[in-house]
Amino acid sequence: MARFLAMGGYAVFVWPAYAVFILVLAADVIATVLRRRRVLRELRSRIARQGRRRGSVSP
Amino acid sequence: MNAIKLWYHKLGSPPYFYVFAGYIQPWLWTIAAVLAVAGLYGGLVLAPADYQQGDAFRIIFVHVPAAWMSLFIYGVMAVSAFIAVIWRPKMAEVLAMESAPIGAAFTLIALVTGSLWGRPTWGTYWTWDARLTSELVLLFIYLGVIGLYHAFEDPRQGARAASFLAMVGAVNLPIVHYSVVWWNTLHQGTTVRYFGPSSIAPSMLWPLLAMTIAAKFYYGASLMQRSRVSLLSLERGKDWVADIVRGEPTHG
Repeated sequence: MARFLAMGGYAVFVWPAYAVFILVLAADVIATVLRRRRVLRELRSRIARQGRRRGSVSP
Repeated sequence: MNAIKLWYHKLGSPPYFYVFAGYIQPWLWTIAAVLAVAGLYGGLVLAPADYQQGDAFRIIFVHVPAAWMSLFIYGVMAVSAFIAVIWRPKMAEVLAMESAPIGAAFTLIALVTGSLWGRPTWGTYWTWDARLTSELVLLFIYLGVIGLYHAFEDPRQGARAASFLAMVGAVNLPIVHYSVVWWNTLHQGTTVRYFGPSSIAPSMLWPLLAMTIAAKFYYGASLMQRSRVSLLSLERGKDWVADIVRGEPTHG
């Protein structure tokens, strides 16, 4: 295991390269998940507002 | 033929696309994950160390797929942008604009991993070599497309302007691809070929191909996920969006 992690002396280049690959793609996915939550929250309050407006027209 | 045309028109409709994308998304994620696990195991564990580069060569399994994706995604984006500018279907705009951040991500990965590979093999993190410089320009074009899209109040107007830029920026694609042929550069030429024998050992080739296909499926999955969110936002006044929002659990 230690031999594997040492990467023949190139650990400081190999592991950061793999970390960048995984972290950048993870950031892409997480950013989209957060954007989806934000958009849904906005849409929900928008629909709630419209519902209230409609409710006030007919007493 | 008619079935394909009908399918094309159906997919061009946002509510239909939203449902379709939601349906195929889990499959795309799953295939990408399975191939990536196989590719990483093959590349990091099974493949032998390179006789010249030792274990440093293992960076190839993330660097080359990312570099290929940076060009592939630009190609898809440029074609969508072209369709968006000429025929103006909303779906083409969405696919073009949501491709840009994924392409920028892969370009960034290609540049950083290439830099980490350059240090032990070339003795430098960066050099103004034709391949490296044109790939950096590619990143700036992606960022320009993303920036221009968000610079407009009206997203459709922004998408149109950014689509123009994406089409013009496509001239950089052949420059990146042929840079290693046209200029005598530090960056090596092609070793993996579609036609004719590749100059890479099979035990190194299959993990590379697995990672490459995994990256393609990742792009598909991320594009579906992004396009769905974009459609909800762009079509906010429509009934189909209201129906979906009411049906979603509140934490979603």
